[in-house]
Amino acid sequence: MVELILGKFNYLIAIALAMIGFYAMIAKSNLIKKIIGMNIFQTAVFLFYISIGKVHGGTAPIVWDKAVLYDNPLPHVLILTAIVVSVSTTAVAFALIIRIQKAFGTIEEDKIIEIKRNGYKGDME
Amino acid sequence: MSIITSNFPVLLVITPLIVAVCIPLLGRINKRIPPVAAVVSTAFTLMVSIILLSTALDSGPISYWLGNWAPPWGIEYVVDTLSGFVLVVVAFMALMVALYTPGTIRDEVPNDKETTFYSLYMLLVAGLLGIVITGDVFNMYVFIEISSLAGYALIASGKKREALTASFNYLILGTVGATFFIIGVGLLYMVTGTLNMADLASRLPEIYDSKVVLTAFAFFSVGLSLKLALFPLHIWLPKVYTNAPSAVSSLMAATGTKVAAYALIRITLSVFDVEFSRSVDFGSILLVLSCAAIIAGSVLAISQTNIKMMLAYSSVGQVGYIVLGLALLNETALTGSLIHILNHALMKGALFMVVGIIVFRTGVEEISGLRGLGRCMPFTMAAFTIASLSMIGVPLTVGFISKWYLAVGAVEAGMWYVVPVILVSSVLTAVYFWRIVEGIYFGKAANVTLKGPTGLLVPTMIVAALCVVFGVAASVPVSVARLAASALLGGGGM
Amino acid sequence: MSSVFITQSAAPVYAIGVSLAAVLLIKLSERNPNAREFWTIAASVIKFSIVASMVPAVLDGKVLGCTLVTIVPGLEIAFKVDALGLFFALMASLLWIITSFYSIGYIRAEKEHAQTRYYMSFAIALSATMGVAFSANLLTMFVFYEIITLCTFPLVGHKETPEAMAGARKYLTYLLGTSLLFLMFAIVLTYSAAGTLEFNNQGILDGNVSKAMAIAIFVLFMAGTAKAAMMPFHSWLPAAMVAPTPVSALLHAVAVVKTGVFVVIKIVLHVFGIKLLADIGLGTALAYYASFTIIVASMIALRQDNLKARLAYSTISQLSYIVLGVALLSPSGITGSVMHMVLHGFGKITLFFTAGAIYVATHKTNVSQLDGIGKRMPFTMAAFTLGAISMIGIPPMGGFISKWYLVGGAIEADHLPILLVLAASTLLNAGYFLPIIYRAFFLSPPEGESAEGICEAPKAMVIPLTLTALVALGLFFFPGVFLELARIVVAGATGGY
Repeated sequence: MVELILGKFNYLIAIALAMIGFYAMIAKSNLIKKIIGMNIFQTAVFLFYISIGKVHGGTAPIVWDKAVLYDNPLPHVLILTAIVVSVSTTAVAFALIIRIQKAFGTIEEDKIIEIKRNGYKGDME
Repeated sequence: MSIITSNFPVLLVITPLIVAVCIPLLGRINKRIPPVAAVVSTAFTLMVSIILLSTALDSGPISYWLGNWAPPWGIEYVVDTLSGFVLVVVAFMALMVALYTPGTIRDEVPNDKETTFYSLYMLLVAGLLGIVITGDVFNMYVFIEISSLAGYALIASGKKREALTASFNYLILGTVGATFFIIGVGLLYMVTGTLNMADLASRLPEIYDSKVVLTAFAFFSVGLSLKLALFPLHIWLPKVYTNAPSAVSSLMAATGTKVAAYALIRITLSVFDVEFSRSVDFGSILLVLSCAAIIAGSVLAISQTNIKMMLAYSSVGQVGYIVLGLALLNETALTGSLIHILNHALMKGALFMVVGIIVFRTGVEEISGLRGLGRCMPFTMAAFTIASLSMIGVPLTVGFISKWYLAVGAVEAGMWYVVPVILVSSVLTAVYFWRIVEGIYFGKAANVTLKGPTGLLVPTMIVAALCVVFGVAASVPVSVARLAASALLGGGGM
Repeated sequence: MSSVFITQSAAPVYAIGVSLAAVLLIKLSERNPNAREFWTIAASVIKFSIVASMVPAVLDGKVLGCTLVTIVPGLEIAFKVDALGLFFALMASLLWIITSFYSIGYIRAEKEHAQTRYYMSFAIALSATMGVAFSANLLTMFVFYEIITLCTFPLVGHKETPEAMAGARKYLTYLLGTSLLFLMFAIVLTYSAAGTLEFNNQGILDGNVSKAMAIAIFVLFMAGTAKAAMMPFHSWLPAAMVAPTPVSALLHAVAVVKTGVFVVIKIVLHVFGIKLLADIGLGTALAYYASFTIIVASMIALRQDNLKARLAYSTISQLSYIVLGVALLSPSGITGSVMHMVLHGFGKITLFFTAGAIYVATHKTNVSQLDGIGKRMPFTMAAFTLGAISMIGIPPMGGFISKWYLVGGAIEADHLPILLVLAASTLLNAGYFLPIIYRAFFLSPPEGESAEGICEAPKAMVIPLTLTALVALGLFFFPGVFLELARIVVAGATGGY
């Protein structure tokens, strides 16, 4: 059991992070917190990818005459792309939140729902 | 010339991508250029995708190595019957909506944002085409995110503030879906060391009993079902379709969920294969979900008073039809599914375009406000009626063809009890469309003042007419869909 | 399975197309009522001539046909003119001519609104009726069946009052709902079992289905053809009585219900085939089921005071005669069934015409108001009497012929209880028709109404109704062409040429 935990702790952390992030995305009412949750969730995936790139006993994938084994660089490259995607998503999300704040005057989801239910049905601005 | 034709697969994706980047610059020169650029480039992609499809039909699948890196190391673009077929559908609807956009966005999008709108539009098209053409799972993820990000922004570009929250909800759920997808990709990479679909397909069968593979499959299917809005993961969809600008809902309703359905079919049947789906009993899960989607979508649609909301829920039901064929897993039903990708794109595209026209010209969104419009907008309402009949599944319209294949496929699969589900939903569909059609033609004419151009009608009428054309001359798309279906079921197909 | 050689001919397409062309012309001449109505009449006459022109070939034993479009292989819109279809088409197109004149009289006298829509819908309905009559496969039949439903909706709801719309909605719900749910289901199952939808003299299901499957498909087919108004899917018919009277005549005598029973006959003879049905005993079941409707509907008819409602229940009962006849699966039974389509057609259209004439002339709708009306509307009530006698089935009216064959069929098939049903229903028919005649001719009009003077409806109405009554009379003496066609139908279905 201990071996399992120690041997795969990076995966376990990834899972834990993913769950934390997922929880925040679903359960938090504050839109910014949702995005933070989203980022944690995605970070968990990054960690997972980086973990699968690690080769036991391997070195950084840079040509080096003493190296016996290299780590697999491909997942790292992939995750670079995923990070870019994640950053863009976050940016779009923040842009949306700013506009939501302007339109509804709040970024709390339950208040927005309340406003939508009671509020006037007009165009924003 | 040949350097262009030989690079068609990549041009298909990068043309809209480049145009998307150039549009803001062109818009600076003259605001009239972006719409023209959008139309020209989507027309180009339509031409290219038709050529690619016919080449694929004539001489087998086209494989294109991006940057001339051989797969499985480089990214491969693949045009086979299935992807060629979906490419044509997407490119065609993109062109139609591009023709339709200039008329409607004037009202729906702030003036200074129009140029950006076109830029995002092209980005969305590039993403959708990319998802379809790529033969690499990670590349598929990237394109899913490109199309989604463009989609979030487009949805929020309207003036309605509800659009913002709708877009935000979609962003959250869409990101969950895409992230699930990428987890699936990672798991598969972990056990196979490859990302190329064909390569994956050849390596996976040896390790089908591995838990990792099963987990990956689960992540893929849940993630894509979210993008697909498969009941009960559909909650983001109605608000998005209702509040987005008409052009956006038209394009997304016509192609967005279809492309996600394509991705699901591609992953489950090309990357994995039929045996795997059967061994994990994927079909029966999908069967329950799709039947639930078909019925729930129709029932929810009946209870709506807002016409866009009604169409959105009807889309939820229609997604069920596409998935149904995947659940039944025989050639006839899968043909029905694939043909429904085209058919539903046409019907729902036409309906959203019509509703866009109605909203634009009368400002009415409530169903009760449509009474008597048949007299003052005869052509628009004719298009609406045709598309509605098609949604009901009346013979000689496209809707009938897909339902027919699904129903016959269900009986072939020994699951005759699926047929009543299809038929009951037809009746329910008849209920919610008849309610409107009757009001349109028999209601006392409402006191509405019409405004705006009638030019919007041209693309709308074309799409609506195709609902009948492909309902009568169905053998062309059906034969293509059947080829694609048999390739999918005949082991890999890539 | 023997395949009949089909003589290529576009005549069925022309027969369908002529009234569609008329629809366009009617719309174009919207502002000129005389021209508009000219097109209706012209189309009906041309249609009848086209249909009649096919009679010699079909009497020769030929089958005319053509394929209009192939949607995908196996799903085709195709036409085939056989004796049964031609029989139906001949009757419908002949009645359309008469109904057109009557419509013009009625609609003008009542100054109805939306007249153009009315004539257009009428023309489409007739096109679609021809389509059903000439359909070569189940899909074609289904398409035209649905077209009839949709294009008669504006006719039923013509008045656009809340009651009219409610009636029309009920009409639509029953017809569209059952056909989408059950008929389509049956078609899908048939296709899956037989691999084809093409009609065939011997039926297409024989040998392809298990007994349970055959029963399931059969029940679905019967439930799907609500137009035949068999219980429990009959209540759209009384609800549709809100329509103007010429429409009721069209619904009840020409297009809608006859399409329903035609489809039933087609399914029994050309989808299942006599052999299969006899093997599993479904014919007998259907025969007794139809008997139930015959008796119950007649009993309900007895209690209706509204004249049109009484006629409507009478129709429900009479339609089941047709179903009963074919369900007996014996030569005479089928002959009686087919003959009853046309004989009931002429008889019932006469009755509806008279109901409309009474309404136009006096605005009376109920049986209890008809005291002494025979003296004021002698032609109308004479025609009514002839029609009613035909319905009851007393010589010398046409209705006797079909009843005679039905009795023969019941004896051939050895179902003696059916004879009791026929006898009882004859009595019931007499029970609800004779009092009307008695009131009209032998009671004196109510206080405050003059008994003197002729007060008929416009000539455009009286002449058609007299004509149909005379035809119903004439058919007793000269069943000629119709009986000949019925014989070919029977010969084809029973396999004995």
